[in-house]
Amino acid sequence: MGLMLAYTLIPLIWLAISATKSNQTLFDSPGLWFGDGFHLFDNIRDVFTYDGGIYLRWFGNTLLYSVVGAGGASVIATMGGYALAKFEFAGRRVLSALVIGAISIPASALAVPTYLLFSDMGIVNTPWAVLLPSLASPFGLYLMRVYATEAVPDAMLEAARIDGAGELRIFLTISTRLLAPGFVTVLLFTLVATWNNYFLPLIVLNDPKLFPLTVGLRQWDSLAQGGAGAGAIPILPLVITGSLLAIVPLVVAFLFLQRFWQSGLAAGGVKQ
Amino acid sequence: MRRRGAVRRNLTAHAFLLPFLCVFAIGVLAPLVYSVNLSLYQERMIGGRVFSGLDNYTKAFKDGLFHAGLGRVALFFAIQVPLMLGLALMAALAIDSGRLRAPGLFRIGLFVPYAVPGVVAALMWGYLYGDRFGLAGEIGDLLHTELPDLLSESWMLASIGNIVTWSYVGYNMLIFYAALRSVPEELYEAAEVDGAGAFRKAFSIKLPALRPALLMATTFSVIGSFQLFNEPSVLQSLAPAAVTTNYTPNMYAYSLAFDGRQFNYSAAVAVLLGLVTVIVAYAVQSATARRERLL
Repeated sequence: MGLMLAYTLIPLIWLAISATKSNQTLFDSPGLWFGDGFHLFDNIRDVFTYDGGIYLRWFGNTLLYSVVGAGGASVIATMGGYALAKFEFAGRRVLSALVIGAISIPASALAVPTYLLFSDMGIVNTPWAVLLPSLASPFGLYLMRVYATEAVPDAMLEAARIDGAGELRIFLTISTRLLAPGFVTVLLFTLVATWNNYFLPLIVLNDPKLFPLTVGLRQWDSLAQGGAGAGAIPILPLVITGSLLAIVPLVVAFLFLQRFWQSGLAAGGVKQ
Repeated sequence: MRRRGAVRRNLTAHAFLLPFLCVFAIGVLAPLVYSVNLSLYQERMIGGRVFSGLDNYTKAFKDGLFHAGLGRVALFFAIQVPLMLGLALMAALAIDSGRLRAPGLFRIGLFVPYAVPGVVAALMWGYLYGDRFGLAGEIGDLLHTELPDLLSESWMLASIGNIVTWSYVGYNMLIFYAALRSVPEELYEAAEVDGAGAFRKAFSIKLPALRPALLMATTFSVIGSFQLFNEPSVLQSLAPAAVTTNYTPNMYAYSLAFDGRQFNYSAAVAVLLGLVTVIVAYAVQSATARRERLL
């Protein structure tokens, strides 16, 4: 087990240490130890100022795509999953089957068709092209349906109805509280999916000002591979430091929300 | 009175589902229908856009480049997935056994790579594999041998497999761990009263409890393997000779559409790839289900 922990952590330690090195030191110092001088803050400054501060824009874009995309997807999936779990209505079975089927259609398989459709609709190369597909999370809906079935007792809903509460009020004041751990779990999964999304934005965006971090970093890497240090600043330390900075928010989110998502995680994997 | 309540509830349910149905239609159904439609046409030099039935599909069936990519991801799936899930299972059982000193540290430590974007993971490992300032060269020096070139053609698939394993082993471990945690304590106590040892308990209680989680993890792994794109496409700039533009079917569909402007054929390849993914996922599930009946 110690070996496995080393396997998962050493690359990240390497990344963190490498982010403290200058371009030259990267090549002539051992990978897992510090080199001459501590350049982390210089590197961070370079990351944020290079090319007119484009990295900050990418960071903002990623934040926008993931907060709006993942937040919206989680709210939408929670409402839908709750409805599927707690209401009897015509077409419920068909809809459930459709959603389970849709889980096995991966987002990446839809990326090229999405581009073609959206270019017909004229929304390619706008934030909508990334946001709209992110809002649909069949897996989130499935997870929420399973979670709501267990977490919200029918007797409680009946009691509230007899007391004369409307459905919306019941949902907002009672159900949302019971659904919170499931909601956080779905939020974290969709957050990871949108923060890490690469294929879709790569396809539907071509204006660097709209790129998320993943596509932007990839572009920097291609620059670095092409002619290392072509410009005024050698770009390799930028890729490394930029990568490190791109990881931090999600890791922090995971650590903070740990106790919520771990309890909600059991739902999808355990119940059928 | 009761009936009116039911009708109103019916309406509420539909209202709650409406936002999902809207985004689902735009984000999933419409692209799906659109690409099927697109795949049935061809762009001809003379006559422009013409209906060509299944011509694009018969072309893909005979397309060696598509086959090569499909073979690669199938091989990848056959080796990487059992390895990764086996490691994840071992880790989950070890953490659940209660014999580790700091289970929380292992749980979060193994899980952290999941938060790393696939592109960043591939960039990082790409540097690590290289001998310029990566660790591969240094480990080689330490062992006084030259390690094989991890970015060469013969090692590339294994190198990609390592990146994917690194990214998802902790995620799968957590899914398994959550399933193990959901086993009620009384079940173990009852088994102990019946005289079951540790091995017997693991086999008769833990493994059956893990089956749904295993099924879910395998299904996601099928999807991941057959749709492989990010990791090979990032490594492409480090090793353009080893990673061709048709390295995986998804990369092939991408390059057909965006380098070749063959949108109709690309749509057919994407639809076919989606079908293969669903079929393999279904086959894996029914194979597991059958074994479940046998036991």
